[in-house]
Formats: sequence, structure tokens, C-alpha cells
Amino acid sequence: MRLAWGQLWAIVGKDLRLELRTRQVWMSMGVFALLALLIFSFAFDLRVENKAAVGPGALWVAFIFASMLGLGRNIAAEQERGPMDRLLLCPVDRTVIYLAKVIGNVIFIGVVEAVALPVFAALYDLPIITGLIVLITLLGTIGIAAVGVIFSALAANTRAREFLLPLLVFPIIIPVVLGSVRATEALVNPIHGDPPWLGLIIAFDIICLSVSAILFQFVVEE
Amino acid sequence: MKTVTRAPSGALERDTARARPAEQTRPGWRTGLAGAMKRYGPYAEAALGAVTAIGMLLTIWAALVYAPTDLIEGPVQRIFYIHVPMAWLAYLAFFLVAAASVMYLITRDDRWDWFARANAEIGAVFTTFVLITGSLWGKSFWGAWWVWDARLTTTLILWFIYVVYLVVRSFWGRTAQGARNAAVYGILAFFVVPINYEAVTWWRTLHPSEVLPLGGTPQLPPAMVIALLLSLGAFTLLFAFLLLQVYRLERAQATVERLRAQLEEE
Repeated sequence: MRLAWGQLWAIVGKDLRLELRTRQVWMSMGVFALLALLIFSFAFDLRVENKAAVGPGALWVAFIFASMLGLGRNIAAEQERGPMDRLLLCPVDRTVIYLAKVIGNVIFIGVVEAVALPVFAALYDLPIITGLIVLITLLGTIGIAAVGVIFSALAANTRAREFLLPLLVFPIIIPVVLGSVRATEALVNPIHGDPPWLGLIIAFDIICLSVSAILFQFVVEE
Repeated sequence: MKTVTRAPSGALERDTARARPAEQTRPGWRTGLAGAMKRYGPYAEAALGAVTAIGMLLTIWAALVYAPTDLIEGPVQRIFYIHVPMAWLAYLAFFLVAAASVMYLITRDDRWDWFARANAEIGAVFTTFVLITGSLWGKSFWGAWWVWDARLTTTLILWFIYVVYLVVRSFWGRTAQGARNAAVYGILAFFVVPINYEAVTWWRTLHPSEVLPLGGTPQLPPAMVIALLLSLGAFTLLFAFLLLQVYRLERAQATVERLRAQLEEE
């Protein structure tokens, strides 16, 4: 058990160090998320009366598109430079590799979100910077990463992997999209008797993480 | 010809390597079953086809003539005898895709993969018809082709999952890796659908409620229930018949690709 923890953090640390060296993925994801927020403010008429309804949706679409970018690049880089094959040669359990990749991606995406959130709050002038938004974002990001990591591994060994990834991910993460957008909306505009969206995201996270952790070994099998 | 099919090479050879010798060498009920299938299979299939055709004709009669016209919804309600059985079978196909995917990952027998693929194809077609017939009904009764109701939305998402499954399978090709990938996608998608349904139900709901409440007295007049059960039976036969055909098509395509791969090697 302690060995597995060590391996987990070693892989996460390796991925973070690799990324810190170039910062390509972080930069492109961050700029992309900010650009998406900008485009949304042109696409929707953000007057006072409808920005509370449109804002959370725009925020999450920006997050999800940026995550797709990050997940796609992540795995493409693994395939090009080849550390995935070497990682698979190590005596490490496949589940540990999967969980490490999920944690790594949650950190990647989380950093981008931490930058984009204050900008969003300022641009859209919405009071969403509370303690709860951190929890919602974290849970939503775990859901996206749990599905994204296994599907980017599925898409990795195909031609046209960049556009297969969103195709695979989008129909599956709809509960996360619905849950996070509604939970964020409830922060801006609390409705009495709102269903427990956070519980739904937690259920999604648990199911996707456990099922994917079991299935990941079949994806990377040679 | 025989020497070509016997020569083992590559991963695609697995199905013959596993299936054929078992049928030929192991005595017992398996051999008997395989022999019986070979001898009587075509007749059984023709009989299934004939019964399906009769059932479909009976369904048309029952739906259009036998069943009484609904007082509130009018004649358009008759679409329900096609819509409901297809929806149930589309959900069944979705379950069978996931079950066959699990079996494939355990046994690595290509036949499970063909079965999963055949179910996905028929499920996609049935779901398409469910959405179309539902829209026709909705336009008449709700006045709109589409509403964002929980069950409609879940069915639409299901349709997307099927379509994505078929699209990515065409990218992955008929390799062992592709079959594993598809199995992983099929299983994960199956686990997510209930959460999806819950999410969309919280979001909104409008669909007419269940027509046959379990344990309670049916809300429908007996003639309608009989017509529904008849059409359910006929559509189940149709489903089985189509499944058999598509499964055989999958097997034939796998054989063709294997032979082509061997020719290219030589």
C-alpha cells in the first residue's frame, strides 16, 4: 500500500516536472480558457438580467474545452516522446498509473481554472468567488479528468486522436456538465429546493473513477 | 482455400483458433449442437423470419384497426405501438452491448465482440426510430417536435453514445486493440447512463409516465394492452432476426479482413 502511494506520487511528480520545464500545455490551456470566456461575452448579450443565467454555462464550457485541449496534448506528448511505454514496463500497477494520470490532470486543469475563475468573476461581474466554488470546481474537474484520461488513452493509438477525444468524452460527461453548471448557478442565484447537484457529481466521480481504474489495464495492454 | 484459413497468423486468427477446434474435436453436446445448427439452422432462421413477418403484419393490424382510438390524443396515439417496443429494445440492446463487452474482456473471444457490435448497430437504428416516432407524436400532442424532457434527453444522449461507438469503431478497425477499446467505452457508457437519467430528471421532466405500472392495475383498456404486447413480441422477434443477420455480417467481414491480411503477407 505504501509502495503504491510512493509510485503514485512519483508519477505525478514526473508529469508535473515535465510540464514545468516547458509549460506549453499550461500556457495554451490558460490562454484558450480566457479566449473562450471573451468569445462568450460577445456571443451572448451580457446585460444585468441574463448574465446570471448565461455566466455559469460559459464558465464551464470554457473549462471543459480547455480540459480537452490539455488531455489531448498530454497523451499526444506521451505517445511522441514515448514515456508511456517505459512507464508500462515498470513494475507499477495499471490502476496506480491511471490514478496518477487523473491526479496530474486535475492539477493541470486546476491551475488553469484558478487563473480563469477570478478573470471570469471580474469580466462577468458575478459574486461566485466563495469557498463552495472551489469544491464544485474540484469535483467537476475530477469527473472530467476521470473520463478524459481513460478516453484519451483510448484515442491515443488512433489516427485523428485529437478529434476523437471530445467525441468520446462529451456524451459521457453530461452529468458533470449539468451538475456543475447548476451548482454554480445556485451560488449566483440560490433557488429553494434545488436538487443536490454536488451529490450527483460525487456519485459520478466515484463510479467513473472506480470503473475506469479497473478498465484502464485493458486500454494500455499490448 | 482450407490451408489458407487454417494457417494461424496474427490476432484476428483467434476466433477460428478458439472456435473451430472446440467444435470439431470435443465430443458431447457442443458438437451435437453445432451439427444441429448447421443442419437445421437455415430452416430455423427462415421460420424465424416468417414468424417475424407475420407478427409485424399483425402488429400493423392491431395498431391501426384493433386498438381503440384514444379519446384525448386521437389517432396519433397509435404511433405508441411502434414507439414503445422499439424504445424498450433499444435499451435492451444497450445493456447487451455492455454485457458482451464484459464477456469479451474476460474471454477474448471475437464472437462476443461481433455480438456487441451487432447490438450497437441495431440499437442505433432502433433509437433513431424511437426519436423520429416520438417527434411525430410530440408535434401533434405537445405542438413541438422536441422538448427537453428527461426521457427524451436521455434517449438522445443514448443515441449519441451509440453513434460515437460506431464512429470510433470504424476508426479503430477490426483489431484486438480496437475491440478492447470499444469494450471499455461500452462498459463505461453503460455505468454512466443511470446518473445521466437522474441528472436530466432533476433538470426537467414532461414525458407521459409509465403505461404499465408494475403490480398496479393497468391504466390502459385491455385492447390497447393486447396490441402493445403483440407489437412488443413482434418487435422482439424482429430484433432477434436482425441481430442474427448483422452478427453474421460482422463475422463475414472479420473473415474477409483476415484473409486479405494473409494475402498481403504472402
